[in-house]
Amino acid sequence: PVPSLHQSHLLRELIRTIRTARTQAEEREMIQKECAAIRSSFREEDNTYRCRNVAKLLYMHMLGYPAHFGQLECLKLIASQKFTDKRIGYLGAMLLLDERQDVHLLMTNCIKNDLNHSTQYVQGLALCTLGCMGSSEMCRDLAGEVEKLLKTSNSYLRKKAALCAVHVIRKVPELMEMFLPATKNLLSEKNHGVLHTSVVLLTEMCERSPDMLLHFRKLVPQLVRILKNLIMSGYSPEHDVSGISDPFLQVRILRLLRILGRSDDDSSEAMNDILAQVATNTETSKNVGNAILYETVLTIMDIKSESGLRVLAINILGRFLLNNDKNIRYVALTSLLKTVQTDHNAVQRHRSTIVDCLKDLDVSIKRRAMELSFALVNGNNIRGMMKELLYFLDSCDPEFKADCASGVFLAAEKYAPSKRWHIDTIMRVLTTAGSYVRDDSVPNLIQLITNSVEMHAYTVQRLYKALLDDISQQPLVQVSSWCIGEYGDLLVSGQCEEEEPIQVTEDEVLDVLEGLLVSNLSTPVTRGYSLTAIMKLSTRFSSVNRIKKVVSIYGSICLQMYSHSLQALFCRNDSTVVLSKSSLFYRFNLHVLYYLVSLLFQANDLLDLLGGNDVVPVIQTTLPTKPASAGGELLDLLGDLSLSSRTSLSLSPFLSLTHSFTFFLSTVITIHATNTTEADMTEFVFQAAVPKTFQLQLLSPSSNMVPALNQGSVTQVIRVLNPQKQQLRMRVKLTYTHKGSPVQDLAEVNNFPPQSWQ
Amino acid sequence: MIKAILIFNNHGKPRLIRFYEYFAEDVQQQIIRETFHLVSKRDDNVCNFLEGGSLIGGSDYKLIYRHYATLYFVFCVDSSESELGILDLIQVFVETLDKCFENVCELDLIFHMDKVHFILQEVVMGGMVLETNMNEIVGQVELQNRMEKSEGGFSAAPARAVSAVKNINLPEMPRNINIGDINIKVPSLSPF
Repeated sequence: PVPSLHQSHLLRELIRTIRTARTQAEEREMIQKECAAIRSSFREEDNTYRCRNVAKLLYMHMLGYPAHFGQLECLKLIASQKFTDKRIGYLGAMLLLDERQDVHLLMTNCIKNDLNHSTQYVQGLALCTLGCMGSSEMCRDLAGEVEKLLKTSNSYLRKKAALCAVHVIRKVPELMEMFLPATKNLLSEKNHGVLHTSVVLLTEMCERSPDMLLHFRKLVPQLVRILKNLIMSGYSPEHDVSGISDPFLQVRILRLLRILGRSDDDSSEAMNDILAQVATNTETSKNVGNAILYETVLTIMDIKSESGLRVLAINILGRFLLNNDKNIRYVALTSLLKTVQTDHNAVQRHRSTIVDCLKDLDVSIKRRAMELSFALVNGNNIRGMMKELLYFLDSCDPEFKADCASGVFLAAEKYAPSKRWHIDTIMRVLTTAGSYVRDDSVPNLIQLITNSVEMHAYTVQRLYKALLDDISQQPLVQVSSWCIGEYGDLLVSGQCEEEEPIQVTEDEVLDVLEGLLVSNLSTPVTRGYSLTAIMKLSTRFSSVNRIKKVVSIYGSICLQMYSHSLQALFCRNDSTVVLSKSSLFYRFNLHVLYYLVSLLFQANDLLDLLGGNDVVPVIQTTLPTKPASAGGELLDLLGDLSLSSRTSLSLSPFLSLTHSFTFFLSTVITIHATNTTEADMTEFVFQAAVPKTFQLQLLSPSSNMVPALNQGSVTQVIRVLNPQKQQLRMRVKLTYTHKGSPVQDLAEVNNFPPQSWQ
Repeated sequence: MIKAILIFNNHGKPRLIRFYEYFAEDVQQQIIRETFHLVSKRDDNVCNFLEGGSLIGGSDYKLIYRHYATLYFVFCVDSSESELGILDLIQVFVETLDKCFENVCELDLIFHMDKVHFILQEVVMGGMVLETNMNEIVGQVELQNRMEKSEGGFSAAPARAVSAVKNINLPEMPRNINIGDINIKVPSLSPF
């Protein structure tokens, strides 16, 4: 029968047709037509055209069209006697099949036969296919054939057998042993292709098995000899690449030497000379030479080389940094990054070149230069390095800013030459890259500022001035708000020593803070900070009425938004820094929350909500609440609170005060009751009485059982109204059941810290 | 290990695709698209190494590429390969193609995808470098082609096919698409 037009199409005719398609849809239509024709041809079991039809199918597969219906046809081609058929058949098998399909097992017999074929190119096809996609079963079945071919004198087959063996070993590691005898004289080969793949095979075996590694260590002298011959031999046209004899083989050998020399003194010593020779004699004007040098450097750094050799290696990397070729600079920086810890001093010598790479246009090079620069910062070069890094921070792409800012903070913390320099550096980062600093930077910085007591006036002044310029960068605004809240008194009294003190009034400060509250640039967290700052200033400023007004207007909204965002923050899965309850960030935000909550104490009609069952929308919607007292949840939160600046104060053997602060005329105190005896205290009730000038309100305690042996505590929050600012004294009565008997304990507590009532 | 070798043109049309690790068909096409996207937006004066690309190999995975006029040659490798070495290997492959096709151009790759695969098979096998000596590779390919020819082949000898193709009137195809003089386009390597 006359074959249909399509099935006899040459591959090139199909390609030409498809290329005339003007749209994707047109192309799809052509392909579908062609596939239909090919399918029917396959069904007719037409041997003549099977080959070219599979070729067409592979072309269409490359374009993304399904071709699985050709899988079996590939197998038929493989089984054919014609080399042409086998060539396409094996290619098709490699492109369309994989071991997940049962069909592939049908190849096993064909491959076995072809491995023993009289034509080496057929054997080559079989080795190639087995080495690409052979499944474990196939490898097990045919490993013996591969091993035989590994010993042949036919170099074309021998080199393929070596790589095929690598695949077999990867699939079936237990078979590694069987290839050991064949490796005996692999390195005596003259053919470079065989040498190359043999080294690959040896490398694979050494990497997989410590025993093999030990066994092959004795090959080091032979490898060194081969390498030496490559370097010393004159021009050899057969292997020459840009004036270097077989650079690919040199690189392979160097890599194997690296593996053999690692953690072995004797092997490392045996290769010392050749490494030095390669390092000094290799021509560097071409990429192939640099590839060899690069591999040499990596080997020197990885084995137990003597220090002179290591310095030589690092100097090579230093020279690479000055190379015009970006690729060379890239690999140099990558390698230096790996060695900066172990050979720090040697790398330091190239510091200025590394810093210059910060200005490179290539993003990958810039990133490595930045990482390396931070690794090289120390007490001696901090000022100079920081100048460069801050300049980099100013001008770099946004993708770098967060990491760079973190790096600057870390370096400054470790090596700051003075407190003033430290604060200035922080200011610089906050003002230039303020929106990119990490969430946890804010509490860390605040901690730092708090601890630099003599810099408080200077810091608050600088931060205040920064706020006047720009309120869009949230971390900056948050840190500034905090400082103004803490040190606002220093600000208005103009006490700055480090620079010219500015004149600013209480009203101006409050204007700025209020501005933050209303600005739509401020996030809820920022608003929480600024409101907290305003509240704190009530004890430092005299414009109390103004503050009261602000608080009453914004208080509950702030609290709601703040706790919302806080909750969202703690429910995030990606922020590992933030979520740890011991982290400064967590404790810190609770502190602010605490402030905001406390203002609710001021509104009498809201007082009950924390102690009783009244449903109040504000708290209910923002905090997770248990069906029982809503106060309990909040108490858990508040009970966690123990900022480093307020340490636990023991009031009596049982009781300790963990937190207190004063807001307007009231003080909120958190007391913990603990039990060191070996029995629980149940039905625990806390009662307190205070002198007449005070008023007292007790929230519901967190529970009525104090576990034995310090396994837990009961938290009791007390609000004390102290209009006359007298020293707080309290009589405390504790009633509980202990070992079955009721107990009553009376205590007089007079050692409240001054800040709890002043 | 070389995980994949991709050749596509400036518009992302694939000219040769070879994966040495199993990927489902649709993932393969995704990888091609993603790789093209990453590589095509690179400036000419940045380095030839790219990290990123999430589909192959996770984090131990780099793209090493060379751009010759209308074609990108991209090798996707893991950390066991030397970056500079792979650059040289790409050069070897391209110059081998040049020798096999006599001043290779994109058209040759388009119409002889199978032959390009056969040549590649003599350079890289199972994701590992097999042979780097150009003359060896070309010689072995030649011998195999002769075997095919003597059997009648399935679509005439390559040399004839190439000239036949070059003579076909393809009105919508600009006639001057080619890789260009390789020696000139690759400034850091000297002519062989």
